[in-house]
Parts: sequence; C-alpha cells; structure tokens
Amino acid sequence: MHFFIQELVNGLTQGSLYALIALGYSMVYGVLKLLNFAHGDLYMVGAFVGYFVIQWFGGSTALSIPVPLLLLFMFIAAGGGVGMLGVAIERFAYRPLRDAPRIAPLITALGVSFLLENTMLLLFGASYRDYNTSAFISFNIGIHIGPLNIDLVQLMVIGLSVLLMIGLTLFVARTKLGRQMRAVSADREAAEMLGIDVDYTIAVTFFIGSALAGIAGVMDGLAYNNIYTLMGFIAGLKAFTAAVVGGIGSIPGAMLGGLLIGIAESMVTGYISSTYTNLIVFGILIAMMLVRPTGLLGKVPLQKV
Amino acid sequence: VTVEPESSDVSVEQKQDPSIGVDEWVARTTQRREYAPGRRGEAQRLFERVGWWPKLAVAAAFGAIVPFLLTNNFQLQVGINALLLATLALGLNISVGWAGLLDLGYIAFYGFGAYGFALLSSNQLNPPAGIHFAAYVSLPIIAVAAACLGLIVGLPSRRLIGDYLAILTLFFGEAFVEFTNNVAPSKLGGPNGIVSIDPIRGFGHQLISNKSYFWFLLALLVLTAAALHLLDTSRTGRAWRAVREDPLAAGMMTIPVNRVKLMAFSFGAVVAALAGTVFAAQQVNVFPTDFDTPFLILIYAALILGGAGSIGGAILGGLLLSVMLDGFLRSPTEAGYLFYGVILLTLIVKLRPWRKLVAVLAATALFGFAVHAIVEAISKSAVAGQTSSGWISSALHNWVVVPSNPTTAGNIGFVVLLCLVIALIQVKGRTRTILLVPTLYLAACVWEGVLVAQPSITRQLLIGAILIVMMNARPQGLLGSKRVEVV
Repeated sequence: MHFFIQELVNGLTQGSLYALIALGYSMVYGVLKLLNFAHGDLYMVGAFVGYFVIQWFGGSTALSIPVPLLLLFMFIAAGGGVGMLGVAIERFAYRPLRDAPRIAPLITALGVSFLLENTMLLLFGASYRDYNTSAFISFNIGIHIGPLNIDLVQLMVIGLSVLLMIGLTLFVARTKLGRQMRAVSADREAAEMLGIDVDYTIAVTFFIGSALAGIAGVMDGLAYNNIYTLMGFIAGLKAFTAAVVGGIGSIPGAMLGGLLIGIAESMVTGYISSTYTNLIVFGILIAMMLVRPTGLLGKVPLQKV
Repeated sequence: VTVEPESSDVSVEQKQDPSIGVDEWVARTTQRREYAPGRRGEAQRLFERVGWWPKLAVAAAFGAIVPFLLTNNFQLQVGINALLLATLALGLNISVGWAGLLDLGYIAFYGFGAYGFALLSSNQLNPPAGIHFAAYVSLPIIAVAAACLGLIVGLPSRRLIGDYLAILTLFFGEAFVEFTNNVAPSKLGGPNGIVSIDPIRGFGHQLISNKSYFWFLLALLVLTAAALHLLDTSRTGRAWRAVREDPLAAGMMTIPVNRVKLMAFSFGAVVAALAGTVFAAQQVNVFPTDFDTPFLILIYAALILGGAGSIGGAILGGLLLSVMLDGFLRSPTEAGYLFYGVILLTLIVKLRPWRKLVAVLAATALFGFAVHAIVEAISKSAVAGQTSSGWISSALHNWVVVPSNPTTAGNIGFVVLLCLVIALIQVKGRTRTILLVPTLYLAACVWEGVLVAQPSITRQLLIGAILIVMMNARPQGLLGSKRVEVV
C-alpha cells in the first residue's frame, strides 16, 4: 500500500507538470487551432531561467536571500520571461500566417521548436545542469512514514499546480478577458465583429500558456534537479498526449489528461518496467485517439460545408 | 487567343481594372505567361513542348556523370546523402503534397526499410549463420511489408484528419524509435543497432564502392520520379488532389476518399522503405538514432524548400538542402561561401534599385571598420580573437570584431542578432534599410565568432530558419504549386 501511495504521489507530481504544459497547448489550440510544437521548448527555457535565478543569488549552496523569496523570484522570472517569449513567437512567427492554410503555421511551429532548441544548445551547451534542490530545501521536511517518502518539493509542486489550475479556471470563467478568450476560441470572426481585440486576446492567451509552461519548467528543475537543452521535446510530447487524451481545446480536459498520463507513467514504471514507459504511454494515446478522437472531455466539432 | 468583349455594356466594364472581372484577368495572365515575348518566351515554349521523360533522362544523364567529377570519397558521400534525401522528400510528397495528409511518422517507414534490410541481410537473426537474402528477394519483401505497414498506419486517417492525424503519426514515429531502442535487444540490437550488414547483392554481383551506390540510388530516384509522375497524372493522382482540396466534395464526386488516403500512405511508405534499404546497405550499420525526429524535420525542410506538391520541387529541395548542409558546412571556408553567398544573393534579389544595394554594402563595410577601430581603441583583446581559416575569414580579419574569448560575446551577439532580425521584419521603408547595416555586420561577426566553430548546431539552426522563413515568405516553395492545403 505504501508503494502504491508513493507511486501515486510521484505520478501526481509528474502529472501536474504535464497538466501545466498541456494547458498551454490546449489554450493555444483553442484560440488559434494551432498545435504549437514549440511549447515543450518554452518549458525547457523556463527551467533554464529558474536555474540562472539560483546562480544569480549565489548558487544553491550559498544563497544570499531566503528560500521562499528565491522561489518567488524564480517563478516570476520564469513565468514572465517565458510568457514574453511566447508572445514574441506568436507575434513574429504565427501572426503573419493566421489566415494561411493550416499546414503553414504547423510547419512554422516545427521550425520554431527546432530553432529554440538549438539556440539554447548554442548558448548553453548540451551538458546537464543541476538545480541541487536538496541544498536549500531539505529533503527531511515532508511526510515520511515508513517506506513512504513525500518531500516538501513534491507537495509544493502539486499544491502550486492545483492553485494555478483553479486560478486559470476562474480566470477563464469569470473575467472579461477570459470571456473574450472563449469568444475568440468559439468563432474568431464573430468575436472580431463584436468588438473584441482579437490580436490582444490571442497575445494574452499565449502569455498565460507560455508562463504556465515556464513555471512548470522551474518546478521540474526543483523536483528532478537535472535540466538540459533537449528536455523540452519529450516532455512536450507527453503533455501533448495529455492534452489530446483530455480533449484538446478543453481546459479541465488538459488537467485531467495530464494527471492521468503522469499517474499511468509512474504506475507502469513502478509495477512493470521503466523500459516500456514511453511505449505504453504512446500506446494509450494511439488507442485513445482511435476509440474517442475528441478526447475525454472534448466536443465533436461540427463540420461546416 | 484574345478574349473579345462581348456585350454592349462591356464598354463600362472595360474602363475598370482588369482584376475586377476575375475570369478575364485570369485569361489575360495565362495568355501573357504562355506567350512571353522574345527569346525567353521561345525558350520557354520549347521547354514546355518537350515531354517529361526527355527532361528526366537529361537530368539523370547529368546525375550519372557526377561521380566522375567528384574528387574524394567525402564528396561522394555527400552526393549519396543528397540522393537519399531527395528520394525521401519524393516519398513524403505523396502524402503531404498530393493527398494533403500531414504524416509526421514518415521517418518510421524509412527506419522500417533500413531495419528490415538489416535483419534480412546480417547475422542478427538466426545466429550464427544469420539470414543473407539476395537483394532481389529482400527488396520486394520489404516493399510489400512497408506497403502493409503504411496501410496499418494510414487506417486512422479514415477517422482522423488534420492535426489529430499529425499527432498520431508523430507518436507512431516516436514509438518506432522507442521500439528499436528497448524491445528485444537480442534481435534488434537496442541502442547498439545492427552492425555489419551485407551490401546489396544479387545475380552474382554486389555493390561495394560508393560510386556504385550513387548510381543505384540515382536509378532508384529516377525510377521513383517517373513512376510518381505517371501516378500523379493518372486517375489516382487526380483523386489525391481532389481529396486534398476538399475531402467532403471529393466524396460527393464518388471518389473513394478513404481508399485514396490509404494508398497515399502506402506509396509513401514503400518509397521511404526502399530508401532505407539502400541507406542500411551503404552505411553497413543502423542505429535507432538514425531515425529520430531531427531527420524527419530535415525531410520536411527539404520538401518545403523545394515546394510541396511538385516532383521537381521535392527532388530539388532534397538535393539542395543536403548539399548545402552536408557539403558546405563541414569546412569553414566552404561554409563561408554558403553564408556570404546566400546573404549576397538575398540582398541582390530583395534590394532594388541597385544604388540602394551598393549603398547598403558600402555602409556595412564602413560601419564595420568604424566599429572595429572603436573597439580596438577600447580594448585590444576584444578584437584579438582568431577567425576561422580560409581566405574569406582572413580577408575579414580586420573588419569583424571577434574577441579572444568569443563564447560569451558571441552568445550575446547571437541573441542580439535574433532581436535585430525580428526588428528588421517589423520596420518598413528607410528605417529598415538603415537597420540592415548593423544587422549584416553583426551577422558576420557572430558567424565568424561562434557559428563557424559549431557546424552541427549551425546546421540545425539553418533547418529551423528555413522552415520558418519559407512558410512566411514563400509557402509554395521554390517550385511548388500555389496552394497546398491540409484539411
């Protein structure tokens, strides 16, 4: 039982990261009908921003400011920085193609992803970098009952993700901007006719989605320590899976899908073998898409002639 | 044939711009294009009168004499890679360019062919004797198996369209890499791959030298191109294009949409698998990493560059991209030719009139000397860096700023360069011309300082840039048709 709970918590930790990235995918897909392949790389950039914030304040072993303040700075820097990067990508790579055939932005997104990855590779090299979280957040704080080990970072990751998701849901459901987002995602032209600033709304969507990915990147660094320039691709792919399993374009779907994928992955690793984790996750996706292409919570789109 | 005005109220319409009456406008432009004046028009008409197969034959003959012109084995290898990429782009063109199905798992078919050939022509299965089929046995087996695999992978395309299909096939491609990496290491070799594969052999001969592989691949490329041309102009080809434009309407016109889609997947898979067999035989060993996503993106870049939907475009894109990236980027001097050549060419095409071009170039040169002098006056070590070898670099040595430790400065320069390029896209008119000067200069500095020293990363950056630039500037590619729509 301890083992099961342990794996469940591990899965929830990983799953909330996937969910945060998947939210960005889903939101962008909602407003632009575009699969933003570069999204996973934004997550990687976020992890690097967090790392450099730690270095800025003296490195993990000799911090010059209190830990909560450091965490706050990391999240703000990663969220804000990556959010701005996302807005810039939308502005320069995707906006000129908004009315182009669907294949054009899709392939541009592949190109942006490739460019981001290799820019980071050029700037920071291929070597792993270590957050060394245990140096400033002790592993001993947390829940430790027998073989069950849930440390503070895991609790923080899960808690913060839940908070962010609740915040996002409220934002989309209650605020004026959220309503505009829903309007743009329902019908862009009609939204424009009703006086909604579509460009601005799309930029905000990109900012929020990218910021979530950036924050997820920092949390990944805190929870798993190792970051490297190519980590974005596979994480992006998993988050993609999550978004699709939940129903792409649906925000609660993305959260649900992320958690499901995370838990499935950790259960497979725990009970079967880590060799087959990715194969099984991909298998889930393929089966899911064949049985229910619109995902768990997605709606079947009307086909207009 | 001139379009005669017909009715009485035409006199009113004629005063208006011809683009108002679209039909008339189309007729006039087509006419203008068909009857271009002077020698150029004559040559064009002559070129159009020649059938497709003489053109292909001439191109093939040119290709066949290429190995005699190449001086070393490295160049020959570049040639082989280029032919492989062209063949792969040709196969991808079937599903992406013609049928409009975004297949991101295409690379798996290539891997399937390579692994299939490796298993059928090495000691891997059934040790210690192994299986050693002749090529005329193994190639058909692989082709048929690949066609079946294409059918299976294509099956979801009956239900899924557009982005969903793209994701599913992407996962298929990833699953292939995972599969070869992890499943049955004793059979598939895991990360160590399969080594010492037989050459292609049959009828008492075998292909050993790189030259023979070059010719074999050329023959494969030419035959594929011919077959695909026939297919393209056939009923099936028209059905593909109809499905690409509008599957619903195509279905209404009694085209069997699903069957046509599956055919596209299958044909593409066979072409990719055949390319894979030659790759395996020529490389002698295969590894899972040979079939990873970056290579898929390279194939896409080739197809996009050449123009999706056109056979000539796919071949041209593959050859061009491969020769550019493999042939030129390896040595600093040749990479310099490529870099400065492309920049100059772009400037010549884009900057009109020529006075502006001269002004920009002169201003860049002066700007460079000025910056170099200022930086040198501030700090000697900031310009002491070693530029790469080759005459271009030594000629530019006293012009570009390369610090003695170029990494940090180069990184900052690279980021600033990206920002400048983005700014350049946004501004218009005179500001753009002025901004071009520092951008060009900074590009040269970053190139000499960082990029030349990192050819593999530069290569990937170029691929990414090609995809973005082509999609924004010329989505139809160099030779493509105007419109390729994925539904």
